[in-house]
Amino acid sequence: MDLYLTEEQEMMRRMVRDFAREEIAPLVESMEETDEFPLALIRKMGEYGLMGIPTPEEWGGTEADFLSYIIAIHEISKVSPAVGVILSVHTSLGINPILYFGNFEQKKKYLPRLAGGHYIGAFALTEPNAGSDAAKLRTTAVKQGDNYILNGSKIFITNAGAADIFITFAITDKDKGTKGISAFIVEKDTPGFSIGKAEKKMGLHGSSTCELIFENAEVPVDNLLGEEGMGFTIAMANLDVGRIGIAAQALGIAEGALEHAIAYSKERKQFGKPISAQQAIGFKLADMATQTEAARLLVYRAATLRNEGLNCSMEASMAKRFSTDNAMKVTTEAIQVFGGYGYSREYPVERYFRDAKVTQIYEGTNQIQRLVISKYLLVDKKNSRELKCNGLQTI
Amino acid sequence: MNIIVCLKQTFDTEEKIVIENGAISEDGVEFIINPYDEYAVEEAIKLRDEVGGEVTLVTVGPDRAETALRTALAMGADRAVIVNDEELFGDQFTTAKVLATVLKDREYDLIIAGNMAVDNGSGQIGPRLAEELNIPQVTTITKIDVDGNKVTCERDVEGDLEIIETTLPVLVTAQQGLNEPRYPSLPGIMKAKKKPMERLDASDLNLDPAAVQSPTVVEEIYLPAKKDAGKILSGDLADQVKELVQLLHNEAKVV
Repeated sequence: MDLYLTEEQEMMRRMVRDFAREEIAPLVESMEETDEFPLALIRKMGEYGLMGIPTPEEWGGTEADFLSYIIAIHEISKVSPAVGVILSVHTSLGINPILYFGNFEQKKKYLPRLAGGHYIGAFALTEPNAGSDAAKLRTTAVKQGDNYILNGSKIFITNAGAADIFITFAITDKDKGTKGISAFIVEKDTPGFSIGKAEKKMGLHGSSTCELIFENAEVPVDNLLGEEGMGFTIAMANLDVGRIGIAAQALGIAEGALEHAIAYSKERKQFGKPISAQQAIGFKLADMATQTEAARLLVYRAATLRNEGLNCSMEASMAKRFSTDNAMKVTTEAIQVFGGYGYSREYPVERYFRDAKVTQIYEGTNQIQRLVISKYLLVDKKNSRELKCNGLQTI
Repeated sequence: MNIIVCLKQTFDTEEKIVIENGAISEDGVEFIINPYDEYAVEEAIKLRDEVGGEVTLVTVGPDRAETALRTALAMGADRAVIVNDEELFGDQFTTAKVLATVLKDREYDLIIAGNMAVDNGSGQIGPRLAEELNIPQVTTITKIDVDGNKVTCERDVEGDLEIIETTLPVLVTAQQGLNEPRYPSLPGIMKAKKKPMERLDASDLNLDPAAVQSPTVVEEIYLPAKKDAGKILSGDLADQVKELVQLLHNEAKVV
């Protein structure tokens, strides 16, 4: 399969590439140092229609196709994987649950603000004891008059420090297992709700990751997303989209690190010639590029299936697993190309290396991705494309 | 106000020029809106938003040039005209004649062109077109104010500043510093496809290609000679000075 983009997709790719180079790149160093969320940048991205790329125009979005959205994450992540994940989480996990499961009032209230970048979205599922085993939530929601009263805590919530709304999952009926989980739109100023400590992360500095605390938090019943008991369905519905997004982020990381490694290998001279003229380095670069090209094909293949509305759960997991593992390998090798300088913060490759690691972990660990892929191998492949269920209800 | 922007698609300024069989190779090259024309597009959109009216883009070029027009439409221009006819591709003389033919029966108040194109760099299209249309022109502007019929421009004159007052219709050429061009927004890109694009050739324009044929003949295209590394003198300072004077006289022949 070849990657022919439409004229519009190609124009978007160029626009995002130029925007990333001119507007995001100058901020990378200070984000790295201060770990501050780039709020002004996100607002600007909103002005250019980047914060609601696949969101319908009637809800204030750009209404471009899914592939355009993936192109944007890919191009931005080449420059800043942190901004890449902010965009991915905001769109895939902040906007989409409301778009797909929200009622008219909820859409009207939240979508234009989110798609315009005036609001930032977050997704609150993970808890200290419920990571890959997402069904083991402990946060509870009890209906009391016009409110649900939420109690519990969440951890590792991306965008948390800057988010205006949190798609929050809590148990409304503990006897029903996954069918007893409900989803809520929690606004940041909700009484009884607070943002806990910010994680000091290895990488992705500037993307705010925090703990959330619910102490008798009063969430209006109007903010129940879908119906009671639909929470797990809502959480699982966007997995493919989220996974392709992270696969694209990891692709951007690998390409970014590779570009730096190639440029450096041509400049750095040892034994009287550039190290790129040493076969040991040339072959290393060749392998890095080949693996990254393979990742690119997997990512765009999954994105194209999704773009056409076809089931892509297995391909999304394959792309996520492969592209993120590749990002880890390529960034490791990029540091090797830089030698001692690669280990120094003076050069950008150690940042890509630290940013790459988490892509193997979040949005479903790569072990979970293998579980998904192996499950698909056990169903009739011929029929799997038409499967409406994404094969994950039991995981 | 009807604003016309003359736009050219050029090589990306970061591209390396490769000459193959006596011509500049376009293989794998990225094309962009000529940066000076981008200032023209930005200024036209800003003026339109202030005083109302329409921005029409005009280019002479092959199919690929439509991408540059679409990008400018995505930035906010209203419509585009492309003259896509190999018989009408030529030097500045030809292009200015063709543009004049496109514009002579259209309504316009202000024409904005780039100061020059970064590929051939002649800087002649704007001035020639103004002469063809018999309207005033102000080149290399860094500021423009339109108040009713009155136009006030600031003009960059080799680092000095000239303030020029004139009236509509007028042609101006955009110099660096005029503005900071916006990016095409993503919704703008989505809408660009629906904006009108007129495609014209010689017969549509009632133009005899022979009448506008380039008087210029290109005999050879070559890259500048590779620069040799500089010479570093050493030894006693007084001797170095002597040697330097010698070299300037005899080798470089500049004194």
